[in-house]
Amino acid sequence: MSNIKYILGSFGDPDEMMHGIEQLQANNISIHDVYTPMPIHGIEAKLGVKRSRLDIFAFFCGITGTMSAFALIYLTSVVDWRNNIGGKPSFALPDFIPIMFELTILFTAFGLVGSYYASTHLFPGRAPRVMDLRATDDRFVIAVDAQQNADHTKIDGLLKDAGALEVKHNERKYISYE
Amino acid sequence: MGTHNYNLTEQFEFAGKAKTLSIVGIVIGIAAIAYGFSDHELHERTFANLLLMGYYFACVCMSGAFFLAVQFVAQAGWSASILRVPQAMAKTLPIAVVILLAIIGAGLYTHNLYHHWNAPGLTDPNSSNYDKLIDGKSAFLNVPFFMTRQVVFLAIYSFFATLLAKLSNNEDLEGGLNSYRKSFKYSCIFLVIYGFTTPIFAFDTVMSLEAHWFSTMFGWYNFAAMWVSSLATMAIIIILLRKAGYMPWVNNSHLHNLGQFIFGFSIFWTYVWFAQFMLIYYANMPEETVYFYKRFEYYKIWFFLNLFLNFLSPVLLLMDRDNKRQENVLLFVSIVVLCGHWIDYYQMIMPGTVEQHNGFGFIEIGTAVGFVGLFTFTVLTALSKKPLIAKNHPLLEESLNHHL
Repeated sequence: MSNIKYILGSFGDPDEMMHGIEQLQANNISIHDVYTPMPIHGIEAKLGVKRSRLDIFAFFCGITGTMSAFALIYLTSVVDWRNNIGGKPSFALPDFIPIMFELTILFTAFGLVGSYYASTHLFPGRAPRVMDLRATDDRFVIAVDAQQNADHTKIDGLLKDAGALEVKHNERKYISYE
Repeated sequence: MGTHNYNLTEQFEFAGKAKTLSIVGIVIGIAAIAYGFSDHELHERTFANLLLMGYYFACVCMSGAFFLAVQFVAQAGWSASILRVPQAMAKTLPIAVVILLAIIGAGLYTHNLYHHWNAPGLTDPNSSNYDKLIDGKSAFLNVPFFMTRQVVFLAIYSFFATLLAKLSNNEDLEGGLNSYRKSFKYSCIFLVIYGFTTPIFAFDTVMSLEAHWFSTMFGWYNFAAMWVSSLATMAIIIILLRKAGYMPWVNNSHLHNLGQFIFGFSIFWTYVWFAQFMLIYYANMPEETVYFYKRFEYYKIWFFLNLFLNFLSPVLLLMDRDNKRQENVLLFVSIVVLCGHWIDYYQMIMPGTVEQHNGFGFIEIGTAVGFVGLFTFTVLTALSKKPLIAKNHPLLEESLNHHL
């Protein structure tokens, strides 16, 4: 068993890369992931990526914000320290709404930024995890798990035939640990 | 990608049930209006209903032109294959404008509408009828200047609406980018004019019914209402056409975009509605609160129904991605939003005209049905004159392959 962990097919053109995905799938070779410098329409469906649960997470972040704002205003201005503002009752719901609205947005934004950092391991002082640096620039990279798919020469051939400009055999998953 | 076998010269045939039903609608409308005018007691209520539906009709059509202009200025690709629907609405605008102007003119002449600022003696200090506030506003609110504004604004909107539809027709015949470039240029001009004049148009047509009261948010509040109701109308037309077997190129992603628009602008409408309400509520000044006092005391059900239909139902039903992509859900929400904005206009107009003597009966429903029939008839007639797709639109390929 070789110690190659990932085979990377680096394409210069998104359509050729999509073709490469089809070729690999037709030969029952499982694809670990695909890295592209720009979003490509329809690629999730082709790779069978599960639907993101980000929207559900965002909803719960938002509702937490709404309730926090309500609790904050209610506890301060209704329970703890009632003030007479313009003769209104202390518990005047319309006055609460702008703050509840703003905190909903704030919590959603913070929650989503936090979840983005967590899922991509982008923390201060930590090098980003990248398999091929040019995937962040001008190359469309298909990564195949070399341990799961044994026939490396066949994978190389399929990638080359589909139009890969370069095929790399990486012994480590990420090149940018250092 | 890039391969499709749609019939790009397909034309809508306006016949059968759609035509019969729209004519039946018009007949019901005429009957309701005739019934309203048969009894002297009901004149003002009939005029209020006519104003409501005339305004609604014109607003939906002019927002169709606004949609076209927005798409051109944003150089949007996704909508290129559905532009014929807003174009048909834009082409109907001149008819809507004539009807609205006739209603306003007749209302002014018979003192059934706008009598709050248009009655004898209001600006005469020696008259018992003298009203200082109206006198102060009379430089702006007087019949000649009022009618001039109405005619000028509506004529400008109609001009740009028909121009954009005509340019698209030229594009069909000649091809090339000339028409697209011209559409872009005229759209830019139109949007600037539209943005500055629609608030004034709304102040004139609706807010001046209660001329003592004013709100600077009112223009945007009306703009949001007309824009979202126009989007809902477009969604309904497109979904029904698709159900009838036309426009096979419209896929879930186009519906998703329309759903996002309806969802987003319903929330925008609520935002503006609330901004207006909140400031008046908070400041609590009698000259401003009188507006909501009337609505909250005499129109309580309508007041809450308005928020329920226009805010809660789109939020709850359209928030989910899958719901936006299902045509039946989107159709249902669009109809709810359209009914909701009828109620929105109802509680804008009625307290200023018939005050506590409002009703909801044959006149209201009949007039609404009549205008819906008229809208269907005129828009579908306009739609059936041209192929259902602008085949030489430079961004058409993007729209046919639209995928979200």
